[in-house]
Amino acid sequence: MALEIPKALEKEIDERITHYPVSKRSAVLPVLHALQHHFGLISEEAVVWTAAKLELEPIKVLEVVTFYPGFRQSAPGKYHIRVCRTLACAMAGGHELMESLCAAGKIDRSGVTHHHPIAVGADGKFSIEFAECLASCGTGPVCMVNDDFHENVTDASALLARYK
Amino acid sequence: MSAVTYIAGKEPHPREHRMIFRNVDRKGWDVSIEAYSKDGGYAQLEAALKMEPKAITDEVKKAGVRGRGGAGFPAGVKWTFIPPNNTKPVYLICNADESEPGTFKDRYIIHQDPHQLIEGMAIACYAVGAHLAYIYIREEFPEGAKILEKAIAEAREKGFLGKDIGGSGFDLEIYVHRGAGAYICGEETGLIESLEGKRPYPRIKPPYFPAAMGLYLCPTIVNNVETLCHVKHILQMGGEEYAKLGTPNNTGTRILCVSGDVQKPGYFEVEVGKVTLGEVIHDLCGGLKPGRKIQAVIPGGSSAKVLRGGETFKIKRGEDMVEIGLEDIPMDFDTLAACGSMAGSGGVMVIDDSRSISWVLNNLNTFYAHESCGQCTPCREGSLWMKKITDRLVAGKASPDDIDTLDSVARNIDGRTVCAFGEACSWPTESFVAKFRDELVADTKPELADAIVNAETEVAAANLR
Ligand SMILES: Cc1cc2nc3c(=O)[nH]c(=O)nc-3n(C[C@H](O)[C@H](O)[C@H](O)COP(=O)(O)O)c2cc1C
Ligand code: SF4
Ligand code: FES
Repeated sequence: MALEIPKALEKEIDERITHYPVSKRSAVLPVLHALQHHFGLISEEAVVWTAAKLELEPIKVLEVVTFYPGFRQSAPGKYHIRVCRTLACAMAGGHELMESLCAAGKIDRSGVTHHHPIAVGADGKFSIEFAECLASCGTGPVCMVNDDFHENVTDASALLARYK
Repeated sequence: MSAVTYIAGKEPHPREHRMIFRNVDRKGWDVSIEAYSKDGGYAQLEAALKMEPKAITDEVKKAGVRGRGGAGFPAGVKWTFIPPNNTKPVYLICNADESEPGTFKDRYIIHQDPHQLIEGMAIACYAVGAHLAYIYIREEFPEGAKILEKAIAEAREKGFLGKDIGGSGFDLEIYVHRGAGAYICGEETGLIESLEGKRPYPRIKPPYFPAAMGLYLCPTIVNNVETLCHVKHILQMGGEEYAKLGTPNNTGTRILCVSGDVQKPGYFEVEVGKVTLGEVIHDLCGGLKPGRKIQAVIPGGSSAKVLRGGETFKIKRGEDMVEIGLEDIPMDFDTLAACGSMAGSGGVMVIDDSRSISWVLNNLNTFYAHESCGQCTPCREGSLWMKKITDRLVAGKASPDDIDTLDSVARNIDGRTVCAFGEACSWPTESFVAKFRDELVADTKPELADAIVNAETEVAAANLR
């Protein structure tokens, strides 16, 4: 299936590439970010498209996609939640927050593994994963919902109710 | 510059010395270039462009400011490592990866005072002769990346970036580059690989010291967000005046980020070495939770070696050796190093006596096992082994021998890897075992010794087949 790249998106991508006058390859991460932002994930077609755009072998793009936890090869929910797992948040109740978010968002995390860290709820509205320290250790437990950042999260249901 | 008042409830503690965080939580303040300019913003850049670049580096050297990203290396000295006969382009990278657990200071500079960072970067670029600079920002700061891009566009429009800045003939472009959720991108050579569009596998040093062979194999200065902000204040005050802040060899202010078991966790900008660890915990943070005692403190980000509540240290003071307690440690680079840990990134994590030490160590082991880039065998395998052993420990399935195994795994990592992640992942384990052996052993089951050895032998044999 060929990738449908809207004109505006391609224009944005072309502009991003100009930020790297020395090496187009440097634009791999920004191009992938733009594609993931639009499509929700990085598909095989997106890898091939990025490679062609930056004149690279597809493997040079795929190795980046598979390394960085920030790139996803499977679709998340409409709202993707990232809960901090690291020490300060864990001390403030990060694991309990994960459990209550899963309950409130009807997500089953039993199939989660190192290589498949994301669990998606049955209705596809929410997906969730643990993230490592989100650099707000004084206001734990913290989480992100898409690009929104939330601190001192105590009421999982109230938080998710804000996302329609 | 106008007087500063702060948002009610967010006023700095009287012990603070706000310089870098002057505008954080400031009443009526916003991230626009108008607010920044009205407050005297970009005046230091204009002054700098009239100076000889070398004179700026000299001021930064005189100031003695040490890197705030982790290693504490003097910034001015680092800048002079660019080879003198260099003919290649020079680049500057601002390390805004802020991924060391316990650290949350660059976040506020980026979100609340982006122009301070841009001005600091522009001055630093002029000093080292860089015409292209990047801010490498962690992916989990999407809002921060937008704020920085907007601020860069504003600065460009006002002529503080771009071609021929202020008629000086100096050209500079700054771009924001977003990471993708990997801790190792904070390590400067991993960061450079990532900026080149690759997996962030750290480079071996020597020969790949960034100042000589960095981005695109050209001389590259990598500095932390907070370090680069200091540059502006150094020029404003003059290096010698700046060096009067803090304590000798530990000059200036720094932002301490305190988290864990204290009443009021948060960020505090203090003169380096002018407050003790005890004052940080009891005065700045309002003390521990009722009835609790300090069990452990990690004083400089999760990679720093842990200190034990009630521990004493022998340190040099002037000509004499003196003994000081944990809470008497002045929060400076040299004393924390003399106490066997480090000031690191300024992230202070306090752990009280209600916590299970095995659980704390397992949490850290899990972090490092997840974040090892996998390039070196001792780090890739060892970080996972340490996690597996403490997984067993918290599950009540470890034997007393496991604690020795844990220690020996850690000691076989540090010093044997491409990058300092090797130390970062093994120091927590080594120090927890050294200081909390009894607590760890108490969570083991002596009767499991043989069972575990047999199970491990079977697994090892199966792996060989
Ligand atoms: C594993 C590892 C992670 C690091 N993470 C960061 C980071 O998130 N931010 C940072 O500024 N420096 C980090 N550093 C330190 C950088 O490699 C580098 O020393 C620093 O950015 C230099 O800037 P400074 O001299 O201004 O401190 C890390 C180092 C290691 C070994
Ligand atoms: S020490 Fe660890 S993180 Fe550093 S290069 Fe080796 S495997 Fe990668
Ligand atoms: S430990 Fe959760 S933000 Fe740092």
